[in-house]
Amino acid sequence: MIDVKHLSKSFGDHLVLNDISEHIYPGDKVVIIGPSGSGKSTFLRSLNLLEEPSAGTITFDGVNITDPSTDINAVRRKMGMVFQHFNLFPNMTILRNITLAPVRTGLMTQAEAESTAMQLLRRVGLEEKANAYPSQLSGGQKQRIAIVRALAMNPKVMLFDEPTSALDPEMVGEVLSVMKELAADGMTMVVVTHEMGFAREVGSRILFMDQGQILEQGDPEAVFGHPQNPRLRDFLSKVL
Amino acid sequence: MEQYEAWKVLMREGNATFFQEFYVKFYQAFLEGDRWIQYFKGVGTTLVVTAAALAIGIALGILVAMIRTAHDQQRPGKHNPILGLLNAVCKVYVTVIRGTPMMVQLLIMGFVIFSSSRNYNMVGALTLGINSGAYVAEIIRGGLMALDPGQAEAGRSLGLSYADTMRFIVIPQAFKAILPSLGNEFIILLKDTSLITVIGGKELVYAAQAIYGRTYEQMFPLVGVACIYLVLVIIFSWLLGILERRLRQSDRR
Repeated sequence: MIDVKHLSKSFGDHLVLNDISEHIYPGDKVVIIGPSGSGKSTFLRSLNLLEEPSAGTITFDGVNITDPSTDINAVRRKMGMVFQHFNLFPNMTILRNITLAPVRTGLMTQAEAESTAMQLLRRVGLEEKANAYPSQLSGGQKQRIAIVRALAMNPKVMLFDEPTSALDPEMVGEVLSVMKELAADGMTMVVVTHEMGFAREVGSRILFMDQGQILEQGDPEAVFGHPQNPRLRDFLSKVL
Repeated sequence: MEQYEAWKVLMREGNATFFQEFYVKFYQAFLEGDRWIQYFKGVGTTLVVTAAALAIGIALGILVAMIRTAHDQQRPGKHNPILGLLNAVCKVYVTVIRGTPMMVQLLIMGFVIFSSSRNYNMVGALTLGINSGAYVAEIIRGGLMALDPGQAEAGRSLGLSYADTMRFIVIPQAFKAILPSLGNEFIILLKDTSLITVIGGKELVYAAQAIYGRTYEQMFPLVGVACIYLVLVIIFSWLLGILERRLRQSDRR
């Protein structure tokens, strides 16, 4: 579904991603772990071109998205993204946050978008917040809304960039449970996270990144149970 | 009226009380020959020139801010040469306008560039607008740059175009953030219209000058004009406050 070939990215002289090749299959739940500064977020953000790769190609559904002539907006409509800091639009109500993109991109009419939004809000138990503003919500609620906002575009894949890192501890659970439901529904997901419990439970594949490279990957059993790479062992000993 | 004539004689003889002298000077400054009408016309011109200058300033400011922001936000290694040229022009404009006194700009525009024009008010409005545009451009640019880049990223990651992201997400938030600075700029502009008298603009200060040119009594016309400016600024500050409060509705908790 997403094919990454020889992806490199540098900021000035600093090489953040070093020749990464990886394939994400439909239905995959890929969880990326690694120390901070390892390039996990940059890798995730490259997948929908929020970061422009310095070298290499990324192909999504047969379309080379690194080609400058590709309509990147059309590609991004099929890739939902959830950010660490939610990035809800504070100048709009929750409902408008969710319906803006489907309506403006011509995916749905206003009425369709609103009924989709209400359905999704009901799924995460926040339908009574439809007319509230983001500043009136808790962090956990904001992140659930951000997930709903991305889902409203009917994406084929969801990218999560440390979705629980900015949350108070008691709110992590409500966000993770929404993500687990999503995983159970068969959504293709790529998740950068420090939640090892979530990685072990939901991940179909774990990627361990350090210094811009994928050093080890495998199913959770193998990565957490029998880590091979010394740096992965070192990392796990610190976080588990 | 009769009292005015009588007290005027007393004053000339040097026998008027403080109150009588005050009344005579006040009468001369505002009431004799319906002079208050001149002040009213002056206020009208001041407001028209302010409005015209504001429109020019905001239009120029938006244009310059958009060019400069679009230039700065280009992806590294992908520089558009036309945008580069426009950006250089904008930089020169901002540097020259901010680097020279408004009074000198007015004199150059009035006596050199538009020396044959008789429409002093509009030459003044144009100059003020061009001047204000440079400051407004920097205010807008500051507002756009201060906004969390995550907002634009969220918009783009949903598949919205650059234009839609600016229109629905970036600009409304930036506008709210820069409104106090814009209001400040507007008030400065309102007061700076007084400078157009130097090229013959017939606004409020011109009215005062015309009147004390005939009565040789400067205090009342000038203090009166100062009071009128003060009242205008207070009214506009109040209106801006209402607008700010309305825009801040989404912030309530």
